[in-house]
Amino acid sequence: MPLVYAGVCSHAPGITGRADQADPRARATFYEAFEKMRADIANSGAEALVVIAAEHFANFFMDNMPTFAVGMADFYDGPIEDPAWLGIEPFRAPGNRDLSHRLITEMMQTVDVSYAEEWKFDHGIAVPLHFLTPTFELPVIPVNINCQGPPLTPLGRAWAFGEALRRAADAVPERIAVVGTGGISHWPATPDSGKINEAWDRDFLDSWQRNDRDALLAYNDTGVHAEAGQGGFEIRTFIAVSGAANGATGTVHCYVPIPIFAVGCTIASYDLNSC
Amino acid sequence: MSLYYTQKFLYELNRSPAMQKAYRDDPLAALDPFDLTTEERGALTRPDIGLLFHLGVNGQILMHFAAFHRIEWGDYLQRMRDGIETHGPVREGVYAMTGYEGTEAHATSLGQFSGAEASSASPAPKGS
Repeated sequence: MPLVYAGVCSHAPGITGRADQADPRARATFYEAFEKMRADIANSGAEALVVIAAEHFANFFMDNMPTFAVGMADFYDGPIEDPAWLGIEPFRAPGNRDLSHRLITEMMQTVDVSYAEEWKFDHGIAVPLHFLTPTFELPVIPVNINCQGPPLTPLGRAWAFGEALRRAADAVPERIAVVGTGGISHWPATPDSGKINEAWDRDFLDSWQRNDRDALLAYNDTGVHAEAGQGGFEIRTFIAVSGAANGATGTVHCYVPIPIFAVGCTIASYDLNSC
Repeated sequence: MSLYYTQKFLYELNRSPAMQKAYRDDPLAALDPFDLTTEERGALTRPDIGLLFHLGVNGQILMHFAAFHRIEWGDYLQRMRDGIETHGPVREGVYAMTGYEGTEAHATSLGQFSGAEASSASPAPKGS
């Protein structure tokens, strides 16, 4: 079936772990946008949720770092972090090994993909699921793009991965939703945690909304690191969704800088009927 | 120095309850299989969050080590700032790509984007 939903969201651990320290109005605005995203995905009829994440050395390390990895299991446990620290209780999220197998097989025709039959979700996936599938009723297929350990996945390959995912999702009978999750500008877990470059974020989101491939792929890691921090490397997840929604136009439903969450909290989606 | 093995140890510690028990029981013995310098062993056993950040440990790994030691979020951020103040810029790794000479210098180079968390203004995070 054609892809039924494509969007992006933030995933910082403070969103759940330090929720009580955030400005209540800003937090409420963001949480409401997350709830709208949950409803939009549910209303799309999605039968599986692909989460394109930028995991943070929870499953993948520099001894064997995949450029792209896709989960291929019937369940995934999380969070790998201390539940009290993250503010999310231990959970087991359903997967769909057979569907993963079919998607990966098709994607491999154009993109080299590693697969993982075991994957413990860190905050990069656990936080979005906390809002988007709070009762874990929707099978999840996790994806990781190397946004952490240089050399990083090239931006153009992230776009190509998104295109491959779209082709694969369109080819299976199930209705697939895809959500990319990452920060835009941020300096997570460093002395600069809480710093947010709002102007940079808004420029990036403008290009993302227009699905402007040339503008999105014109970013480079040196410039991103200088202006948007090492957390900005996670734009790869947003760009992959842009590749999956190639030609569509998008809407930013929420952008709220929340320093204690260490990121400009973002919810956005593409109108897949616009392409 | 061996940033790779310092981070490898922390990666294993973060995800393995068995490793966490071994480290609690005998930190030096838990470090033994890893190719580390005396400085790195000291930083990992005291623990010295500021020195580990100065050595180049990625914050995505380091923040969990701090939480493991029940170091509160604001204190964790301040220890990294103190580490840069005491030991100098980050030596290696992703934060050394464009240099990292402390939050004030960094803010200046970035154009003074506001919003970085002041450690003194950050109450304890839930559960840590």
